[in-house]
Amino acid sequence: MQLRRLGSIIVKELRQLRRDKLTFAMIIGIPTMQLVLFGYAINLDVRHLEAGVLDQANTARSRELIAELAATEVMKLGKPLQSPEQVDAALRSGEISAALIIPPDFETRLERPDRPAAQIVVDGSEQVIQAAARQLAAFPIYDNTGWTSRTSGIEVVNFYNPQRRAAVNTVPGLVGVILTMTMVLFTAIALVRERERGNLEMLIATPVSPWELTIGKVLPFVGIGLVQVTIVLLLGKLLFDVPLRGSVLELYAAALVFIVASLSLGVFLSTLATSQFQAMQMAFFTFLPQILLSGFMFPYAGMPVAAQYVAEILPLTHFLRMIRGIMLRGATLGELWHSLAALGVFIVIVLSFAVSRVRKRLD
Amino acid sequence: MNDELAIHAQGLTKRFGTLTAVDNVDLTVRKREVYGFLGPNGSGKSTTIRMLCGLMRPTAGEIDVLGYKIPRDAEALKRHIGYMTQRFTLYEDLTVGENLDFLAAVHELSRPAARARIGELLERFWLADRRNQLAGTLSGGQKQRLALAGTVLHKPDLLFLDEPTSAVDPQSRREFWESLFELADMGTTLLVSTHYMDEAERCTRLAILDHGRVVADGTPHDLMANLPGRTLLVETEKPREAQRTLQGMQGVIAMAQIGTSLRVLGKGGEDFERQVTERLQAKGLQAQVHPIAPNLEDVFVVATSKDKEPSHAAA
Repeated sequence: MQLRRLGSIIVKELRQLRRDKLTFAMIIGIPTMQLVLFGYAINLDVRHLEAGVLDQANTARSRELIAELAATEVMKLGKPLQSPEQVDAALRSGEISAALIIPPDFETRLERPDRPAAQIVVDGSEQVIQAAARQLAAFPIYDNTGWTSRTSGIEVVNFYNPQRRAAVNTVPGLVGVILTMTMVLFTAIALVRERERGNLEMLIATPVSPWELTIGKVLPFVGIGLVQVTIVLLLGKLLFDVPLRGSVLELYAAALVFIVASLSLGVFLSTLATSQFQAMQMAFFTFLPQILLSGFMFPYAGMPVAAQYVAEILPLTHFLRMIRGIMLRGATLGELWHSLAALGVFIVIVLSFAVSRVRKRLD
Repeated sequence: MNDELAIHAQGLTKRFGTLTAVDNVDLTVRKREVYGFLGPNGSGKSTTIRMLCGLMRPTAGEIDVLGYKIPRDAEALKRHIGYMTQRFTLYEDLTVGENLDFLAAVHELSRPAARARIGELLERFWLADRRNQLAGTLSGGQKQRLALAGTVLHKPDLLFLDEPTSAVDPQSRREFWESLFELADMGTTLLVSTHYMDEAERCTRLAILDHGRVVADGTPHDLMANLPGRTLLVETEKPREAQRTLQGMQGVIAMAQIGTSLRVLGKGGEDFERQVTERLQAKGLQAQVHPIAPNLEDVFVVATSKDKEPSHAAA
C-alpha cells in the first residue's frame, strides 16, 4: 500500500464521478425521491409480537385478561416485568415491542367506563406494531355484567411516536434502504467498469496492487454514503419533523459501520460479475431480500421463523434496529451492541470472501 | 540468461479448456530489437504477449524477461515494462493531463519528476495542446499516442504493444511508428504484434504465428529471400480468366489480382514458371509470365498455408 498511489486513485475516482452526471444525480436523487415516495404508511398485520407484562393488580381477572390477549396471538406475552422502569428499558433495547400494563386498581377501573382499565405500551418506532396495538385496544373486556360493549377497555400508549406519523417510522428505515441501494450498486459497478472498459488490463501491468485499487475506488463512496445519510436526515426533519432522540455521533458511527458492510458486499459482488450489467443484476438480487425481510417493508415479528433467520444474515436488518433505536427510542450503541456485532461479523466474512477472489491476473 | 537477450521463452503453451491458444512457442528477442508478431486474429499473439508480461499464467513453458522468471517475478518485472493494447485502456472521462498524472502516481514518480516527464511526453507525442481535453474526445491516432505516452511514462526497458495501430488511419500509423523507432533509438526493446504487412516489414525481426504456433521467424529480408522463384507475375488482358484457369492447378498456393495483372504464389520448383505459361497457353490466353521478388505477404501466405514447409530463416 502506497499513499501517493492510493491518493491518486481516489482523486481519479472523484474526477470521474464529477463528470458522470447520471451517477451524481442518482446519489442526490435517490434519497430525495425515495424520501418523498415512501413518506407514507405501509400497514400490515402483525402476529407474535414480543411483549412484556407488568401485572400490578395480579388478580384472577387480570390473569384472565392476560390469557385472553395471549389467545389472540398478536402479542407473545412472554416476559414478566416488575416495574415501569423495566418496561422502559426492555422497550428501548428492542427486547420487546409492546408491554401490557395492568394497574393495581384494575378491578375498580373496570367498574368505571370513563377510565381505561389497562394499558398497552407500544414501541411507536415501528408503525406496524402501532397498528396491531390499535386492534388490541378494541378488545372487549369481560366484566361482571357479561361482554361489555365499551371498546376503550385498554388504553394504547404510543411510546415513541405518539401521533402515529408514518414518516417517523419510514425515514430512519429509508436511510438504510438508500445506503443499501447506492453503496452496493455503485461500488460493484465502479469496480466492474474498470474491468469492462479494459482499464484493469492496463492497470495490472503496472505496480498498482489490487487492494490499493479496491480501497482507492471504494473510499470516496464512504463519503458519499455519509452525505446521503445527512440528506435524508435533514429532509426528514424539514419535511416530516422526524425526531432524533439519541446521539448524532452514534447515529453516524452506526451508519459508517453499515456503509462499510454494504461496500464489502459491493466489492464481493464485483469479483463475481463480469460486466456492469451483471453487477447490477447481482446488486438487485441482494436488494430484494434486504428490503422485504429486513423489517423495512414488513415487520420482522410478522415473518415466519425461516424468514427471520434469513433476515438475521442481512446487514440492513441490523442497521434498521440500530437506527430506529437511536433516532426514535434514544437508545445508545451500547444498548444495541448485538446489532453492531452482527454487522462486524458480516463485514469480516464477506470481505474475506472478496479478498480470496481479488487477483491481479487476467486468467 | 545472456545479457543481450530481452526475452527468452521456451515451450510456451497456454490452453483454455480444450483449446490450445499458444502451442509450444520458442522465442528469443534481443535487446534494442523491434520484434514483430505477425499473425491473423486468434493466432495467439495477444495470449503470448500477456504471458510474457505476467498478466496470464502459462500452462507450460519457461519464460525469462529482462532476467526475471515469469510468472514468479511478474510483480518486479512490471516496473520495467510497458504494455499497450489495441483497445484504448486509459480513462475516457479524464483529460489527457489527468490520465498522465494518474499513471505517474501509479508508477511512483515524484511530483516534480512527473511534471517534467509529462511535459516532455506531451511535446514528443504532439499532445501539448490537448492537455485539458477529455481523452474520450481525442481522435483514434491521438488516443494511441496518449496511450503510448502513458506506457513509456516510467521509461520502461521493454515495451509490449498488442496491435497498437489496428484502429487508426494510415497517416497516424506512420506517425505512431516514427515514435516507436524513436524509442528503439533510445535503447528500448519493442515487441509489437500486428496484422499489417507493411508494419511487420519494418521490424528488425519477426515471428509469424498461426494457430498458436510460430510458423516462421527471422528478419523480414531473410524470410523473403527464402522464397526464390516462387512468385510469378502474370500480365494478361484477362486476369480474371487467367485466375480461373490456374485455380486448382498443382503447385499453386495463392493468387491475387493486382490491377490488371495476376500475382501467383506457388510451391516453387524449376518447372513452375513453365507449367503456368503452358497452362495459360493451352487455354488460349495471351500472357506474359515472369518471376518477381516475393513480399512479406507471400511469406505469410506460404507460412500459414495448410501444406507448408516450416521456414526458419537464419538471422
